[in-house]
Amino acid sequence: MNIVKFYQKGTYTVGNRLVSEAERTTQSSPERTNSITCGHRACQGCGEALGARYAIDSAMKATDNQLIAVNATGCLEVFTTPYPETSWQIPWIHSLFGNAAAVATGVAAAQRVRGHANVRVIAQGGDGGTTDIGFGCLSGMFERNDDVLYICYDNQAYMNTGVQRSSATPPTARTATTPSLGPEPGNVFGTGKNVPLIAMAHNIPYVATAAVADLRDLEAKVTKAMSIHGARYIHILVPCPLGWGSAAHDTVRVARLAVESGIFPLFEAEHGVVTHSTAIRRRVPVDDYLLPQRRFAHLFKNGKPVDGRVARLQAMADENIRRYNLLRDEESDR
Amino acid sequence: MLKQTEGSHAVAEAVALCRPEVICAYPITPQTHIVEGLGELVKSGQLQNCEYINVESEFAALSVAIGASAAGARAYTATSSQGLLFMAEAVYNASGLGLPIVMTLGNRAIGAPINIWNDHSDAMALRDAGWIQLFAETNQEAVDLHIQAFRLAEILSCPVMVCVDGFILTHAVERIDVPEQAEVDAFLPAYEPIQVLDPKDPVSIGAMVGPEAFMEVRYLEHHKQMRALDLIPELAAEFKAMFGRESGGLVRPYRLEDAETVVVAMGSVNGTIKDVIDDRRAEGDKVGALSICSFRPFPLEEVRAHLLGVRRIVVLEKSLAVGLGGVLASHVRMALRGRAQLVYTLIAGLGGRPILKKSLSAFLSKVETEPHADVHFLDLKNDVVERELVRASQQRRSGPTAENVLKHIGSPMAGLV
Ligand SMILES: Cc1ncc(C[n+]2csc(CCOP(=O)(O)OP(=O)(O)O)c2C)c(N)n1
Ligand code: SF4
Ligand SMILES: [Mg+2]
Repeated sequence: MNIVKFYQKGTYTVGNRLVSEAERTTQSSPERTNSITCGHRACQGCGEALGARYAIDSAMKATDNQLIAVNATGCLEVFTTPYPETSWQIPWIHSLFGNAAAVATGVAAAQRVRGHANVRVIAQGGDGGTTDIGFGCLSGMFERNDDVLYICYDNQAYMNTGVQRSSATPPTARTATTPSLGPEPGNVFGTGKNVPLIAMAHNIPYVATAAVADLRDLEAKVTKAMSIHGARYIHILVPCPLGWGSAAHDTVRVARLAVESGIFPLFEAEHGVVTHSTAIRRRVPVDDYLLPQRRFAHLFKNGKPVDGRVARLQAMADENIRRYNLLRDEESDR
Repeated sequence: MLKQTEGSHAVAEAVALCRPEVICAYPITPQTHIVEGLGELVKSGQLQNCEYINVESEFAALSVAIGASAAGARAYTATSSQGLLFMAEAVYNASGLGLPIVMTLGNRAIGAPINIWNDHSDAMALRDAGWIQLFAETNQEAVDLHIQAFRLAEILSCPVMVCVDGFILTHAVERIDVPEQAEVDAFLPAYEPIQVLDPKDPVSIGAMVGPEAFMEVRYLEHHKQMRALDLIPELAAEFKAMFGRESGGLVRPYRLEDAETVVVAMGSVNGTIKDVIDDRRAEGDKVGALSICSFRPFPLEEVRAHLLGVRRIVVLEKSLAVGLGGVLASHVRMALRGRAQLVYTLIAGLGGRPILKKSLSAFLSKVETEPHADVHFLDLKNDVVERELVRASQQRRSGPTAENVLKHIGSPMAGLV
């Protein structure tokens, strides 16, 4: 994609009308498949619903609508199938919380053996279903290089069961199992795992991170992933207004602040090597990202950090910026 | 074709004859030789059009089979013991989704204490998971049951577990008639799924079901198994007509005419039981046996009918419902409800303890001559149990039970050298 320096007013994203037809989003096309139709039961402003809609429609376009989806238990599964009203317009199966990757392996094997090599498979789950309980199956699917794209919708906690801590919950975040109480309120520092990096360590052909802030980028990554065979992984940051205590209308903004602060780096990796990262265009301090979310409210008083924890989070963002080379003068607005 | 072969290998050959399209393999003794055998058949090209997947756990093994089956492929896996428990959540899921997966269970005890030898604790632990459970008495029957199992599973769209006693059958080398491909093809048509993930006709499978419909879905699962009560004997009859052998069915009576005492059991131990029956019959004792082949669905009516007029029933079972006694015995009592027949629970062979003809025969003499407490443990080393109970009563930190019992018993070689 060309580097386009015209942004929609106030959003810092590129509007469809500013790019050529070929580069416009799948969602902007009247041909989009609406694979997840409206009428589902997600909360207002649900980042997961938004991310899944963009991801699946792009995958549908990339595969000429020859797509099967496997879903782990979690919000996406529950809010899309209040049967008899399923939102899924594509073949879809939910088996268990921790086995989506393995079920997808089976679906993909069935396509090969039944001579439907053109039918492709996506597995998807929340962060809990991916980084915790489904991790064994995920790693097995990666290691065998099975022909599956696994998408993790990361809202940084077990939302469907009422916002409990997962291994993707960031330090200091308040969840129902890391309450903002005691000398070290919220989730503790020094824990958690980075599944995109672990995915890369499996040497699989494609790993990417994305956020619902930049939906064009998200679509491009899904499209690219579907052009590759073998195990692929996309980790999408999807703010959850209910669990994060952010305003429903702020979902895209909060995701953008995660990216622009360096807290959530956007990158791609092929065969274990980072091949691209998305430069931060307008860097913001982590405070800007943290303040709109009530899960971090205990870090601040009157808009000012109460102790050194915000600085520690800033250091984590700085480290991401360094590691992924996110501040590149030629692409930044500074 | 008649051949001298290991039970596991014969099962692998039988499964291959059923043309599975996806096989999930994970090692656990005593099932391992089955998936190894299938691996050879796939790698060598003898079994074509089959995806053989080395997975990272039993949970994944059955999950991959779930995905494959839902996408229209004939799927198979095998496990034992800890492996079955490790996949327990998926076991319920496969039946709840109505997927006709066939799985061999090489029956083995469940730890702790870890034990690789045969009993039926694994199958009993998941007896209510919605799978049909068939028990093989011999390796020939193990082979034949797999061929029937795929047919049964696919007619009903219900998973089937073929239970084969670990080591006693899986590792026994004996003469087995392995059917020809053409015969199996004639018996088992290609898999025609009732639900399939297909972009041409998209369906959602696995939606949340609330109180308004859950009972009905479960009832229909039960209904499938009630249909299986008719289908299992029909398939066994059809199998006999085609292959010339008696294999499968719901129950198999042995010398029940005028029997006053009948031993009820499942699996390979029926061989030992029949020998004991023959010996005692030769001495004029009116004894017989009833082998249960189908544990799920449980053939209540057939068991009831066969045991009509029998005075004493000894249910020999290789599992223990801790805190209650027998699992199979409870089932037999349900079959006999309303009748005043004596039912004895004989727990035997746990963790591979040999079930000796003389011990069983002595027990039969005992129940025939004196009234007897219900639950009996065959060849339990009472002295060892006593010593450990005394020891444990004397000190609070008495240490780990299993290791203490082993110390009491000493080296198994001690008495031999
Ligand atoms: C084996 C098992 N353990 C726990 C649960 C309960 N459970 C269902 S959904 C869920 C939370 C899902 O969290 P996540 O994967 O992050 O998805 P989200 O709802 O946040 O999108 C939990 C804990 C379950 N269904 N199965
Ligand atoms: S709880 Fe969060 S993830 Fe779940 S539907 Fe609501 S906003 Fe979406
Ligand atoms: Mg989550």
